[in-house]
Amino acid sequence: MSKIVDELLNLQVKIGSLTLHNPVMPASGAFGEDMDNLIDFNQLAAVVPKSITKHPRKGNLTPRVCEVSAGMINSIGIQSKGIDYYLSKTIPYYTRFDVPLISSISAYSIDEFAEMAEIIGKVDSVAALELNISCPNLKGNGDAFGMNPEATRKVLLRVLEVTDKPVIAKLTPNVTNIQEIALAAEQGGADGLNVANTILAMAIDIHTRKPKIGNIMGGLSGPAVKPIIVRMIYQVRQVTKLPIIGCGGVMNGEDAIEMMLAGASAVQVGTASFIKPTAMMDILQEIKDYMIKYGINNINDLIGKIETVNAD
Amino acid sequence: MKTAKLEVLSNKQVSDRYWHMVVDASELQAEVKPGQFFNIRCGDEYIPLLRRPFSIYQINKHDQTLEFLYLVKGKGTQRLSLVERGESLDIFGPIGRGFKLQTGHGTILLLARGVGIATLAALAQEAAKRGIRSVAILSARSKNDLLAAEVLQGFGAGVYKVTDEEGNSDVSSVTMLMEKIMQEYEIEAAYTCGSKRLSKLLQNLTAQKQIYAEIALEENMGCAMGVCFACVCEIHDTEGSPRTVRICKEGPVFALEQVVLT
Repeated sequence: MSKIVDELLNLQVKIGSLTLHNPVMPASGAFGEDMDNLIDFNQLAAVVPKSITKHPRKGNLTPRVCEVSAGMINSIGIQSKGIDYYLSKTIPYYTRFDVPLISSISAYSIDEFAEMAEIIGKVDSVAALELNISCPNLKGNGDAFGMNPEATRKVLLRVLEVTDKPVIAKLTPNVTNIQEIALAAEQGGADGLNVANTILAMAIDIHTRKPKIGNIMGGLSGPAVKPIIVRMIYQVRQVTKLPIIGCGGVMNGEDAIEMMLAGASAVQVGTASFIKPTAMMDILQEIKDYMIKYGINNINDLIGKIETVNAD
Repeated sequence: MKTAKLEVLSNKQVSDRYWHMVVDASELQAEVKPGQFFNIRCGDEYIPLLRRPFSIYQINKHDQTLEFLYLVKGKGTQRLSLVERGESLDIFGPIGRGFKLQTGHGTILLLARGVGIATLAALAQEAAKRGIRSVAILSARSKNDLLAAEVLQGFGAGVYKVTDEEGNSDVSSVTMLMEKIMQEYEIEAAYTCGSKRLSKLLQNLTAQKQIYAEIALEENMGCAMGVCFACVCEIHDTEGSPRTVRICKEGPVFALEQVVLT
């Protein structure tokens, strides 16, 4: 009985012109070809390979990951094989799957973002671009393009001059006012917003008195960050109607639903896959179970449907 | 490589800091090789959150059990030490490339520091099965931390113990000991785990004597699936060019001569 109901559920969501057959996709950097034997990629909303840089990058010093309370800090430093490898190997690999390929791009300058977007945007099998304007690891103090509204607006404007593909801006949570950055991305023409990348963090081993990761600072992810990300999704929803992909600490279906109620149209899953390699499949099923439990046929009826008491 | 719930058959403290755990592996379909590891969820809570990688200490095909020897160091291993007989453990594996054991009639040398012996004991076990003699140097902080000596002797291995406590675990003392062992036995291959200092020593010595050697590397891991690039190390490939590789995917065992030890 529940299987029949399950099949009647409408899980389709839209991110700009991009249609996703469900709202659960991997977060860039926490997904790769090696997971192919663990989960069926065709069941995902999209495939999102690790951010690509123009030139190969070695990444940061080890240790690159450490655990903190209910979370992890990583400082991978976007280890990358460069755009040529991405075009010749990574994209062709993912074209075998029947779900959209979202290419995550990281760059050092606005011109480089545009250059990469133009090249990757010309590839038919790439469905959308995600601009990683937010990785906190690339520069010494954790600065990123997405910390500055004007830089954010300019990156989007330049990228949208050179590609017709939907462009998602992956925002950084490391800002005082996320609404300001979201609006800047909207003004630049973004088709959607990813809220958000990891939160700049640090941990020290008190016994050795050394930082727990080689790069000293890194990005915090996992269940510890989810309340912050839910708050940011809610705040961004107040100022823009752009579709939001919630990213940060989604461990189960309840977390995904929470982000959707706050205003996300879809969610990305990162750290949860490290703890449970099949987490994305489980999250999708738990979303369906929730919909069945509450008699919701269309998942779009959940997006932004938080019920708040009017303070006035 | 897959996740499975395996029943814990025993989980006991064997010294001040070390624990020994046996799990029922009858549900596990995959073949497990010495040098491989499992990424284990130490509890169901969010603290500790990440799985922890544990090398395989012993593989008992007949009994369909696997054994792990682990150091209780942080929150993950502390939580794991609380797991009781009869509970199920969420394990992911077997992961990675194991040791290559291709010798003729000679002896293999095992050089381990601390819990590094866990993975080398599985190799000694496999060597014994194939009729290959092992000689092990066990290095530890204290006598109390010397692990697995009896298990290794049970596999017919010669065992030499050195400790910081006794003052014979420094590089020069271990060098002399290794020279002595190499005079006494025809060492065909050497394997190490647990100490960069000792690994460098073995790297130099085996290069001089042209003995094939391997190292099992350890590093903080994120996914252990090869996707996050957290657990990387530098190696020189066959052409000698430096290359960053993933310990969980391309390792954890590498040819010792290739690894850049800093």
